[in-house]
Amino acid sequence: MLQAERTTKTANSSTTVTLHQLAHARAGDKGERLNVALFAYDPDRYATLLEQVTEERVLALFAHRGASRVRRYPLPNLAGMNFVIDDVLQGGVNGALNLDGHGKTLSFLLLSLEVNI
Amino acid sequence: MSFLLGSGAGFSGDRTDAAVAVVAELIKRQQPSALVFETLGERTLAAAHRAMRDDPESGFEPLLDELLAPVLRDCLDHNIKILGNFGAANPSGACQVIADLAAQLGRADVRIAQVHGDDIRQQLHRLDLQQWEAERLAMPDDDALISANVYLGAKALSEALAMQAEVVVTGRVADPALFLAPLMHHFDWRWDDWDRLACGMMAGHLAECGAQVSGGYFADPGFKDVPGLATVGYPIIEVEEDGSLIITKPAHTGGCVTEQTVKEQLLYEVHDPANYLTPDVTVDLSHAVVRQLSPNRVAVTGIRGKPAPERLKTTVCYEGGWQGEAEISYAGPNALARARLAEQVLRERLAFRAPAELRTRLDIIGLASVFDSDSGELQRSASASASGDYRLRLAAEHSERRWVARATQELLALYCAGPAGGGGVRRQFQRRVFTASYLVKRSDVHAHASLFESSALGEYRSECDAAS
Repeated sequence: MLQAERTTKTANSSTTVTLHQLAHARAGDKGERLNVALFAYDPDRYATLLEQVTEERVLALFAHRGASRVRRYPLPNLAGMNFVIDDVLQGGVNGALNLDGHGKTLSFLLLSLEVNI
Repeated sequence: MSFLLGSGAGFSGDRTDAAVAVVAELIKRQQPSALVFETLGERTLAAAHRAMRDDPESGFEPLLDELLAPVLRDCLDHNIKILGNFGAANPSGACQVIADLAAQLGRADVRIAQVHGDDIRQQLHRLDLQQWEAERLAMPDDDALISANVYLGAKALSEALAMQAEVVVTGRVADPALFLAPLMHHFDWRWDDWDRLACGMMAGHLAECGAQVSGGYFADPGFKDVPGLATVGYPIIEVEEDGSLIITKPAHTGGCVTEQTVKEQLLYEVHDPANYLTPDVTVDLSHAVVRQLSPNRVAVTGIRGKPAPERLKTTVCYEGGWQGEAEISYAGPNALARARLAEQVLRERLAFRAPAELRTRLDIIGLASVFDSDSGELQRSASASASGDYRLRLAAEHSERRWVARATQELLALYCAGPAGGGGVRRQFQRRVFTASYLVKRSDVHAHASLFESSALGEYRSECDAAS
């Protein structure tokens, strides 16, 4: 079950939460390409995710890792979407010097994005 | 009656006691069934080829015996087919281990089949290759080449089952094809019945990572709680003749099968959900629906199939020089400043103690590491408690072993010559393997199955393989 949503009041009375409060995710790798599948806990939040978790914002979130392209595939039946992020694995499972060459932990980088509700 | 697909392992290194509960459940159900071990990752195969180069008797899954010993006799006694890619670089070597194990269990007459044709290393440079779209690497030189293996489809595996094999041993095949093959054999689906093939392939996709569909790799306390993760039940997929799928797990095991666990695994390592490419079918998941039927029972419907891609994916592994890692910890008052000083000292040392082309990365674990870039952008801007528990990590790569050894030795030397209170150094270095993916023509790949005949012949064959 969800914990009480930790929220931050903003001036226009909408609230900002981390994506982690609203959605769950899993990352997978093939070569230098990462996919992160994101699913709303509550299907009623799916529209919010579609509106705010855009290709542009995800590209910006992964820019420091060298991401070159992000494609988003919406899956309305699953209240989810699949992000495919290119060139973000710093060499991938065999070439990277980072601790997590698969990029498995990066699902939680996506979940750290802030969204307004 | 449905056919049951059980998962016994989802990667090389998976729990070796997981299959026991799955097999007990399969026996209890008294339905036609198969148990699949998926133990071959992208680079596991390169490690196997390298091991075989040093020792011709190796080159298959190192834990094969430990994985099969607890369940082999039960599977043979209850007609539960076993399929596994645990043959890795040396399927005939794996067949021999299984034959020996079966003989010890009183079943010297076991029928084991081996799948051939994935290893195209010898003819690689004569083939018409296309680069896989997500990569831009140049083809390695001949002398750096370690292995080249095609991801085979389910046909040769299904052929093996038609030879009445009780155990099917493969090297590289598409992981879900290990699960599709017994379905093709049992239901006699046509190889152009794309919707059914897609359902069978996705049954395999959902089960191929073991517990990842039944509560493993899922728990996030307070958000996604999973009971009994220490005894998580590995999945069983019930497949009907019409291709409908229900995901479940053995009774009295930990974990959970929910819409959430199934959705996460459905998209795992998938790119365009409308065009998930496998050797036997192109799967369209864009209309898939996931529905909880009862506790730990989830149905997936709406999976559609399209003709298989024209070419097959091949992974080429080649020598990638050397890589090393070393770490040292700082804790307590002012630990962060001491860790940062250690990093600075190490950078200064490496600037004149190692060649310029040595590639390095430095993380301060506890401050910023796995999310960071190679240049440490997050680490520089991150804020954290001055006193805490931090671990400086160095990773280095070079074509020559000595420079990687030198770099990690410089971290080791921080013990006596670095900041105060550093401790717990670990260092290791090893050869690294690079991989590149290509697409080959189907007509260049000749997959087939054969029954493993006798131990003497098996030994003869592995000698020939090793010599060739």
